[in-house]
Amino acid sequence: MSEANLIQPNAITAAPATDRVVGIDLGTTNSLVAYMEGSQPVVIPGVDGSNLVPSIVALDLPYTAIPEPGAENPRPTVTIGNSARRALIETPERAIYSVKRLMGRGLEDVEEELKLFPFQLAEDIQPGEVLRIRLGDKTFTPSEISAYILRQLKRNAERYFGAPVTKAVITVPAYFNDAQRQATRDAGRMAGLDVLRLVNEPTAAALAYGLDRAKEGTIAVYDLGGGTFDISILKLNDGIFEVISTNGDTHLGGDDIDNLLLAVALDEIRNEHGVDLRQQADAGASAIQALRKAVIEAKIALSSEPVAKLDIELPNGGRYQREVPRDVYDQLIQPVIERTAGPCRQALADAGIQPEQIEELVLVGGSTRIPAVRKLIDQIFELSPRGKQPHTELNPDEVVALGAAVQASILAGSSSTTEELLLLDVTPLSLGIEALGGVVAKIIQRNSTIPASATEHFTTGVDGQTNVAIHVLQGERELAADCRSLARFDLKCIPPMTAGLPRIEVKFLIDANGILQVTAREQRSGTEAQIEVKPTYGLTDEQVESMILDSFDNAETDFEARQLIEARLEADTILSAVEKAPAHPAWQQLSEEEKSRIEAARVHLEAIKPTGSLHAIREATTALDHATRNFAEKMMDAAVSGAMRGKTMKSASEELQSEEIHSPHAFAPAEFKDGR
Amino acid sequence: MSDVSHCWSCGVALDNSPLLCPACNKVQPVSNTDYFQAFGLDRALSLDTIALEREFHRLSRRLHPDRFARATPQEQEWSLAATALLNDAYRTLRGPIQRTEYLLKLEGLEIGEEHAGKGKSADRQPPADLLEEVFDLNMQLEEMRMNRKMGEDDPGLQSDLTTARSRFETLLAAVDTDISTEGEKWDTGGTDARAQATKAMAALLDRRRYLRNLVRDVNEVLAA
Repeated sequence: MSEANLIQPNAITAAPATDRVVGIDLGTTNSLVAYMEGSQPVVIPGVDGSNLVPSIVALDLPYTAIPEPGAENPRPTVTIGNSARRALIETPERAIYSVKRLMGRGLEDVEEELKLFPFQLAEDIQPGEVLRIRLGDKTFTPSEISAYILRQLKRNAERYFGAPVTKAVITVPAYFNDAQRQATRDAGRMAGLDVLRLVNEPTAAALAYGLDRAKEGTIAVYDLGGGTFDISILKLNDGIFEVISTNGDTHLGGDDIDNLLLAVALDEIRNEHGVDLRQQADAGASAIQALRKAVIEAKIALSSEPVAKLDIELPNGGRYQREVPRDVYDQLIQPVIERTAGPCRQALADAGIQPEQIEELVLVGGSTRIPAVRKLIDQIFELSPRGKQPHTELNPDEVVALGAAVQASILAGSSSTTEELLLLDVTPLSLGIEALGGVVAKIIQRNSTIPASATEHFTTGVDGQTNVAIHVLQGERELAADCRSLARFDLKCIPPMTAGLPRIEVKFLIDANGILQVTAREQRSGTEAQIEVKPTYGLTDEQVESMILDSFDNAETDFEARQLIEARLEADTILSAVEKAPAHPAWQQLSEEEKSRIEAARVHLEAIKPTGSLHAIREATTALDHATRNFAEKMMDAAVSGAMRGKTMKSASEELQSEEIHSPHAFAPAEFKDGR
Repeated sequence: MSDVSHCWSCGVALDNSPLLCPACNKVQPVSNTDYFQAFGLDRALSLDTIALEREFHRLSRRLHPDRFARATPQEQEWSLAATALLNDAYRTLRGPIQRTEYLLKLEGLEIGEEHAGKGKSADRQPPADLLEEVFDLNMQLEEMRMNRKMGEDDPGLQSDLTTARSRFETLLAAVDTDISTEGEKWDTGGTDARAQATKAMAALLDRRRYLRNLVRDVNEVLAA
């Protein structure tokens, strides 16, 4: 037998390439792309072999001062991820991180952020306009910056599959409002992705953990990431993941700890060395970014070490050296992490349950590695008195992307593992309309299962009035001024009538992405009016259209790159076949020595596949093929004799393929208690 | 109950499954389906919530937009509308109070509207039998608010308010029991009994709303 036809129809996972849907975690600090490989979600690494793509975008320095003749104003080139890290320090004015904090926001929302982050906004932004960020001499909307990150992830996936990827599920913080969700969806479109669904991050994490549909009970997901905090409480019941309540803070995360440590360090440098880096222009900005890198490293070290050291060279040649013991650090960050307690208690209250009714607690986000955070969680959910441990079996940096891949598979209908799973999520914020006196009338309460709808009737106040203005808001406060303005829209073309006579029915619908749709109808005349609500800080379709990133995807004609893709695909083919081998009866006929030889060859190929050279991958593939030759023959024999017992070879191999691998990350069996 | 409609795809009569064809499992366009009909239920106030949840999950599995990511735009639209209706219906019917309010509204009573412009005075007027008590309580609340403002502490007043709160909470529980008793009368009675029960429930709901606001005010003052 020649290589790679170990099991003949290797179309095992092969849905048509165009139907492949990936799951994307577009994070504040890091972004990831994952997909469902058979019955298991896996993260797709980048070219550098790393699973995490840092959410950093840097505008490249122009290569030539003289534009090529004929070339008209070409799009600037950018660097994304790990390669952009250096730019943060070397050319901070051309680089940006944590742009997620600006998604769907207006000028007046980001005042606080501007004090803490080196965001440079375009000077001419009007209140109510979408923000634009200055990188070098160009400006970009937050959605465009995010689109660059998404495009990188899309390319990583395409490189991995050797085929185009056009459909994705993208995760958002559960507590994201309508405008933030729209901005995320726009970013997907600009990156050339058809965004099939926006999924809430904590819900995605629950999906990644709960692949085994036998699980039942009440669980909580505590998600403290780089810039956002979410808490969600879910009920699991026979494959249905029903979110009961959610709460959070879209401006709370590891970034805030970094900024706090940075501020302390900058103050100390000013006091001890008489250097105020904040007052210095370029050299200061670079030094601050270097210091920021150092405090982040110290923060990470303090999750496992009792003490961390800071040692930074200052622009004036001096050194800032400092030891940070864990207890000092814990005290310092306490006010930041305490801010997660309120939302947790509110979510419990909204779900109508006590902390001890939470049977399982899942931790998500890099910041949940901090011991002080773990301690706080333990207190809030009364874990250790009940002999419980939070779930951390899945990497907290990857679990959201893995869950997004599961949801992608649910939508694509591509895996038997996910066909019985269903996510029922909620809207995190109440939806209201401004009534007389600036009071908000709630029409859809927070924590309502989505899709959710409400119908309201409006009329006119003046004879002959032909339009009615409606102001839609999101939030929990009583006054419109304290809620988040989503949109103002006009009901137009009302037939002129006596005041109070028209009866305009407006239907508000929050779809499965958590995004609002509005339709209206004048009932007396039967005039149908479709209204597309534009968010207060949204882009029009035309604007999004104009920002769609050019696709360079066909430019990769590099022969060696293509060969590498093919070698990886070949490796995938044999790896997925070997993975299923132990399920086959023929496997039992192998000697232990032979099994371990196959295992060794498999592990070797697995390790070398993402980063190895073309030659190394081919060699390892051939070695695995050799090791499994005897097994392949035994299996074919079995299939043939199976056919004699009345089975066709096809059904024998189908049986083999439908063997499911169970999730190794199962929750402990939980008792189901009715919350009500 | 509703006029007999048929599945757009296979033509089978939908009977009491208006959102989902019982024969071919296709999602149906939403017409004037009320929340009870969405679950194939008769209009009634006593309801098995466990069975309701089971049915909610069963229908969700079939109707949810996640199941239609690869379907025609038309079916996607129907799925969205049908699921929104199903969710709204489940949210409304699972709680006894909201269920009662909804049923009374179907029966033509305007209640529970808390919008400005529609705000009725019923829940602003104290129930006649409680006039005196409510008057006293409001005095105490005002006094407590003043104390808070001045930074003064009056343990006696605090305990009076706590006592008053539990008294009104008891009244609230009694109202809930009364509502469910009237609900049973509505479910089992003839036309006259229904009309009487409807009136009684509407009054009880007003009383309940008043009491709930009162308890909320006391809680706010005590928590301040």
